Amino acid sequence: MNNSVSNTARLLAVGLRALLVLTLVTGVAYPLAVTGAAQALFPDQAGGSQVSADGRVVGSSLIGQSYNLPLKPGQETPEPDLKWFQGRPANGLGENTLNTRYRLIVSGATNLAADNPELVRQVRAAQDAVIRDNSVPGGPVERDDIPADAVTSSGSGLDPHISPRYAQLQVRRVARENGLTVARVRELVDRHTEGRTLGFIGEPTVNVLELNVALKQLLRKS
Amino acid sequence: MGPTTAGLLQASALVGALAVAHVPLGNHLARVYSSDRHWRVERWIYKGIGADPDAQLRWPAYLRGVLAFSLAGVLFLYLLQRLQGVLPGSLGFDPVAPAQAFNTAASFVTNTNWQSYSGEQTMGHVVQTAGLAVQNFVSAAVGMAVAVALVRGFARTRGGELGNFWADLVRGVTRVLVPLAVAGALVLVACGVVQNFSGIHEVGQFMGGSQQWNGGAVASQEAIKELGTNGGGYFNANSAHPFENPTGFTNLFEIFLILLIPVALTRTFGIMVGSVRQGYAILAAMATIWAGFVALMMWTEFAHHGPALQAAGGAMEGKELRFGIGGSSIFAVTTTLTSTGAVDSFHSSYTGLGGGITLLGMMLGEIAPGGVGSGLYGMLIMAVVAVFVAGLMVGRTPEYLGKKIGPREIKLAALYILVTPALVLVFTALSLALPTPPHSMLNPGAHGFSEVLYAFTSAANNNGSAFAGLNANTDWYNTTTGLAMLLGRFLPMVFVLALAGSLAGQRPVPVTAGTLRTEKPMFAGLLVGAILIIVGLTYFPALALGPLAEGLA
Repeated sequence: MNNSVSNTARLLAVGLRALLVLTLVTGVAYPLAVTGAAQALFPDQAGGSQVSADGRVVGSSLIGQSYNLPLKPGQETPEPDLKWFQGRPANGLGENTLNTRYRLIVSGATNLAADNPELVRQVRAAQDAVIRDNSVPGGPVERDDIPADAVTSSGSGLDPHISPRYAQLQVRRVARENGLTVARVRELVDRHTEGRTLGFIGEPTVNVLELNVALKQLLRKS
Repeated sequence: MGPTTAGLLQASALVGALAVAHVPLGNHLARVYSSDRHWRVERWIYKGIGADPDAQLRWPAYLRGVLAFSLAGVLFLYLLQRLQGVLPGSLGFDPVAPAQAFNTAASFVTNTNWQSYSGEQTMGHVVQTAGLAVQNFVSAAVGMAVAVALVRGFARTRGGELGNFWADLVRGVTRVLVPLAVAGALVLVACGVVQNFSGIHEVGQFMGGSQQWNGGAVASQEAIKELGTNGGGYFNANSAHPFENPTGFTNLFEIFLILLIPVALTRTFGIMVGSVRQGYAILAAMATIWAGFVALMMWTEFAHHGPALQAAGGAMEGKELRFGIGGSSIFAVTTTLTSTGAVDSFHSSYTGLGGGITLLGMMLGEIAPGGVGSGLYGMLIMAVVAVFVAGLMVGRTPEYLGKKIGPREIKLAALYILVTPALVLVFTALSLALPTPPHSMLNPGAHGFSEVLYAFTSAANNNGSAFAGLNANTDWYNTTTGLAMLLGRFLPMVFVLALAGSLAGQRPVPVTAGTLRTEKPMFAGLLVGAILIIVGLTYFPALALGPLAEGLA
């Protein structure tokens, strides 16, 4: 009996020592080596692919943002600033509930099921908003014109992209709100439309932050 | 080009890349686990551990090593989380609560990586890199070690010795996982995955003001998370988060990393048992199931049935635009047919049938191609069962790879197959019968049931993905899923090693005209059939109540 207890203790000690040694290799040396190499070779990407405009950082090309008007007194949900291209809905995005001295954004999805009435309601409401915001005199937006990405929340809630179709749908509104010609804004969207990598990997996208930065520059020049 | 064609081309590109890459890696793995030479750095490690890497162990001793190492892992990871806040590099985060710390420790040690916490607001740098990422390496190395022990059981002809656990563990880390992870991490950083220790910092926004970001060693963790079929994300959104998976290319690359070692191990198996074609028969069965599931998933997701998806005009809820429906479908199938559980899109918002496919993938036992190591030993257990069924049909004593499958062997295989369904169905039933656990469901109706079924299927099969609407951070779910993960990992390992020991003690029987040719396509077909029938009969009633009810409504 004593013998088996001491054998077990000895074996556990071996296991613990193995864990500690391997922690040095994979938990200390490995991440430090990768960080060193990453910072030396790809400092921009390793730091979060930050985008600068007018000499100040305006976000990351990989992280979606909201382009809303400031909240008015008594208002709870902000309204979109229609001057700028709008991204996808982000109903799954959360706020941190732990360690609340930080204002962290907690990435996430709605996780609502395809047959959940709440999701149907969210989709319909998003379609109504897209129609309301983007219909211009002589150019009404029909429900069938709206692509799926415009009315669904992404997996992370931080999707930086919209589909070329959704960007094109916003062109007339953006042109009108900024006093630009439709052709100039359309040309801007075309320039910021990225196809699939090698023609088949991923999906065609428009990066909303980069598009809005370019739009801002265009406005300054004109 | 349409999105469907692009999706199918991406799946084909993956198959092509794996067909090329698995050959050198499979050969390398066979050398790693057969060599009797030690690297100098490995000798230092063995000295630190205090174990003799040359001692040949029988199965009980091999198993004791696995269990002792894993128990140490659970205790260490639990303490590390409980001490967060006191440790430097914790970002000032509080200690993780006891039930959640137990759940997370069990989760990462068992290669499950079920996460009842949100990474960005719970875990500081030290727990992520020195705790969670370490288990990503070593739990994968343990899986490979047990698989190799079973292969040695088939390959060795007497004595009943299975090799040395400590040597297999260390070599899996030093010669396989670390080199591959370094290369994979650098590719990911080049494409935009972050890798820094800048903590939580302010970054300006376009409309003015600022947002707060977590920095962290994300790329280094992402690479091993996929390579080791672990799946625990640095951020809450896992591989849907642009800092973990920034482009359509990284999405495909991460799927490639998930599949790389499990596919290569089939070649290693073939080499070690002396017939590469035996390995290809196993791989053919795996590839058939994987390709079939990918095709089914793309079909149902592009068809987007379900009221909300019909209204939206496409199944984009919970999916990132840059991956699209094609890339997301391949990822979802791959992560649930392996023990990975990383997600690039949220399975709960898939079509009813699409969600059912992710569930069924895990229920198959994650063997197509399965987790690192666990996929191979799971598939070999199914091969033993298939051989037994074939033996019954022709009235011969079944044999596989020259070893007789007698009463002891088939009992161990049967026990292996029964463990996970028992855990899944009993815990699901309990959760529905008790008064409070159902309150955790987010969605009403059949989908709510699927959330609970998914949680225990994922835990007991060591997957880690979720129908994440379920609030799993309660004492009940933290405790029960923690137990399901531990029992679902280590009981099967007991049976696998016992089987390996019993096989290794046998003398081989000569091949005759009556021997079932297990390297032929017919056997691969028989194997696929046996898997589908065994799993179908076990889980059909539960699937009918959940995803089938939703998908066919």
